[in-house]
Amino acid sequence: MTRQWEVVIGIETHAQLSTQSKIFSGASTAFGAPPNVQACAVDIALPGVLPVLNRGAVDCAIKFGLAVGGEVAAKSVFARKNYFYPDLPKGYQISQFELPVVVGGQLGIQVGDREKVVHLTRAHLEEDAGKSLHEDFHGKSGIDLNRAGTPLLEIVTEPDMRSSAEAVAYAKALHALVRWIGICDGNMQEGSFRCDANVSVRPVGQKEFGTRREIKNLNSFRFMQQAIDYEVQWQIATIEDGGSIEQATVLFDPDTGGTRAMRSKEDAHDYRYFPDPDLLPLIIDSAWVARLRAAMPELPAAMRNRFLADYGLSAYDASALTSSPEAAGYFESAVAVAGKASAKTCANWVAVDLAGRLNKDGKGIGEAPVTPAQLGVLVARIADNTISNNIAKKVFESLWNGEGGGEAAAADRIIEKQGLKQITDSGAIETLIDEVLAASAAMVAEFKSGKEKAFNALVGQAMKATKGKANPQQVNDLLRKKLLG
Amino acid sequence: MIARNLKTLSQALAAREISSAELTRLYLDRIARHNPRINAYITVDPEKSLAQAEAADQRLAAGAGAPLTGIPLAQKDIFCARGWLTTCGSKMLGNFVSPYDATVIARFNAAGAVNLGKTNMDEFAMGSSNETSFFGPVNNPWDTGRVPGGSSGGSAAAVAALLAPAATGTDTGGSIRQPAALCNLTGLKPTYGVVSRYGMIAFASSLDQAGPMGRCAEDCGMLLNAMAGFDERDSTSLDRPAEDYCRDLAANAGDKPLAGLKIGLPKEFFGDGCEGCDPEVMRLVEAAIDEYRRLGAETVDISLPNMRLSVPAYYVIAPAEASSNLSRFDGVRYGYRAAEYGDLNDMYGKSRAQGFGAEVKRRILIGTYVLSHGYYDAYYLQAQRIRRLIANDFVAAFKQCDVILGPTSPSTAFKLGEKAADPVQMYLSDIYTIAVNLAGLPAMSVPCGFAHVGQGGGSVWLPAGLQLIGNYFAEAKLLDIAHRYQQATDWHSRRAAGFD
Repeated sequence: MTRQWEVVIGIETHAQLSTQSKIFSGASTAFGAPPNVQACAVDIALPGVLPVLNRGAVDCAIKFGLAVGGEVAAKSVFARKNYFYPDLPKGYQISQFELPVVVGGQLGIQVGDREKVVHLTRAHLEEDAGKSLHEDFHGKSGIDLNRAGTPLLEIVTEPDMRSSAEAVAYAKALHALVRWIGICDGNMQEGSFRCDANVSVRPVGQKEFGTRREIKNLNSFRFMQQAIDYEVQWQIATIEDGGSIEQATVLFDPDTGGTRAMRSKEDAHDYRYFPDPDLLPLIIDSAWVARLRAAMPELPAAMRNRFLADYGLSAYDASALTSSPEAAGYFESAVAVAGKASAKTCANWVAVDLAGRLNKDGKGIGEAPVTPAQLGVLVARIADNTISNNIAKKVFESLWNGEGGGEAAAADRIIEKQGLKQITDSGAIETLIDEVLAASAAMVAEFKSGKEKAFNALVGQAMKATKGKANPQQVNDLLRKKLLG
Repeated sequence: MIARNLKTLSQALAAREISSAELTRLYLDRIARHNPRINAYITVDPEKSLAQAEAADQRLAAGAGAPLTGIPLAQKDIFCARGWLTTCGSKMLGNFVSPYDATVIARFNAAGAVNLGKTNMDEFAMGSSNETSFFGPVNNPWDTGRVPGGSSGGSAAAVAALLAPAATGTDTGGSIRQPAALCNLTGLKPTYGVVSRYGMIAFASSLDQAGPMGRCAEDCGMLLNAMAGFDERDSTSLDRPAEDYCRDLAANAGDKPLAGLKIGLPKEFFGDGCEGCDPEVMRLVEAAIDEYRRLGAETVDISLPNMRLSVPAYYVIAPAEASSNLSRFDGVRYGYRAAEYGDLNDMYGKSRAQGFGAEVKRRILIGTYVLSHGYYDAYYLQAQRIRRLIANDFVAAFKQCDVILGPTSPSTAFKLGEKAADPVQMYLSDIYTIAVNLAGLPAMSVPCGFAHVGQGGGSVWLPAGLQLIGNYFAEAKLLDIAHRYQQATDWHSRRAAGFD
């Protein structure tokens, strides 16, 4: 049934900007303080107070504009979005409406092995509201204004996505990008990166969009996927049952896996936007943009292409290694030690072995006990046949546990100390193979009767006899020669 | 002592002829005696005032005094002052003690001035008669059956009754100049951005500007010297070099001190343009023009063609901004909250219904309406276009003249209750002053004589004001032009009877 429907999704993301102080006051933005201790006179909107723009937040917006190839507006305007809510102290939120700070731009995403470009409508600066606390107050609500005035960049896409998988891929790519350029810590649990998804469906081939419903506050990628999938099924079922979709704002309930309407179009607010007379238009001259452009890091898309071209990495590895600046930096530092010829091996070690080990210990790459230089030396030892890839895993585990000290050459010390150097003397290996063949007459017979499996067993026996130190390729070659020759 | 201007008071304090504590006590005693008749002050706190006075005396004794050190000043209750009840004339803030100082207050504190008390005002500065105050109307010292003007009516009445040497006011559409005219004071609304708005409770942010109200131009200049200056906490504050606004006042320029000055007379202020204007007021303004000619100035006829649109444009823009500015008064964090309510919306509704007066509610409704979806373009945007046209009119006019002259108010003080039932008539009280706020220009009101109002035994002489409008940042020039007139006339030094 679903084949005849096309899903249309646009995403709005609120990225909390990594500034020390709030967007319009000097209060701290640090997370986790006791309620209301980080709310100054401006944040609690005492009579007479005025906002003053934090230029650090503008820096973040400009960096984002540059990163997505959008237009950084020479003039943008702060506007008041008026509505009453207890955690909105002024009775209006300072945001940008008609003239946002960034216009347009795009972000490349990967869905499986398919690539796609998601176009951005705009990105604008605004302040966050406080928090209403509904528990522990015996039927009343508590208000915590620590978050009030925290700078946000709201990033809005065109309705370009056609599946929950694309939506999640976009959200992940955006999440990686804002962290990459250092404007947002991306901490979804603390609310630093929150997405709303506008979802509609239409019959395949229809030009007009269907009526959309907006799913609010998706704070994990998994929830985003679940919420969109549920919503899409619900909309299709509703229409197929002869119903119609009403524009609405809905919430995703992780417990039921469903969405439920929060408010319909009828009770939608009229926000009465108008330019905030307390703030001058934001003028960004070309020198300001140029200063930040000069300080921009290489962006993940460009770096990914470079990894493909320069190091010959697989698309998967190139993507994995450019998922964060830390991963990319780690990889490139390791390559610098191991040599460019070993780049692919380095990539594999960083993206698979190191990543797996970090995952097991719940560590981030910045906390890895094995330094990039240590890994680079390890990979170099594989390349120069000092050790095999299998032995290298042992050495890696020793490095992880801090054996061999902290210096780059720790791997060499471990190889030396544990006697892990590969046996490459073919005379010695031949002797061992002869012993193995003598002791495994039955297997030899099996092989000779055409069972290729028996060959692998014999290789295993030989490797075991060398405690894994023989060069596997060499063992392979010699064994085959002896059996066939 | 109470009749002295600020300069001679300052000299007396510096010479230790009188202490600040003595002077402050003198005024506090006068307030205790006369304020009940005119209701000019909302809050007086002798203990706080005297503590400041004693600190000022120590500073003076140490020879570290500034021109305003030790001088008591009345502060409009729109300025937040730390530890002081700051009501803005509203029940909504009837219990609000400010935890911080407005920049204007902080600057006066730094200058060593004494806060004599907080003056009555129209609620949230919305009014032209001081009748919208939750704390009751103010009576005009020249005739206590009449209004003092507004919204800075308490400040005007306090200075007119000699219950303060000088006072602060704020002017969004004429709220310094109109009460100054109606109470025979000199008042100055500076160029928008010259005085910080930080801590001054907002009515209409793009129009609000604080300024001095005093007995003469020189007093205003001395106050403005302390008030003006860049403030990084106000994004609309202008970062300009400091200036001495009294710098031109001392020079003796002979008997034609204003030779070469070109005074523009807009046709919209005179003749056909002043239908509805009291002919007595116009007669006094014409006489002032003659005086200026005697002082050497020449007059040129000019036109401000979009002047007639200023009141309607203002009554879109100011309520629009006010409707948003006053949203913070929601009963949640401070201020008035209804005693009984059901859910959250009921708490909002009741707190605001009970906490705001009728005029404030009217303007919130107007402002909410003009910003609403579907009306924004027709009202708010259109009003902003008109605002631009009005500002352009002034730019063109100042190519032909140095200063623009006309009446401040179309009438002298009206009777309490006379216009209270007719908001439009009340709004027209500011017909000559509003365009100046829309353009952001500096302007003054200067006493220019008395009109005989009424008949027989009930007749009174009421003061009238002359308005001088300057180009941007022409405060010092305006003060000079007013000062020369005040050297040649004595209207400004006439005192209301009955406040000895």
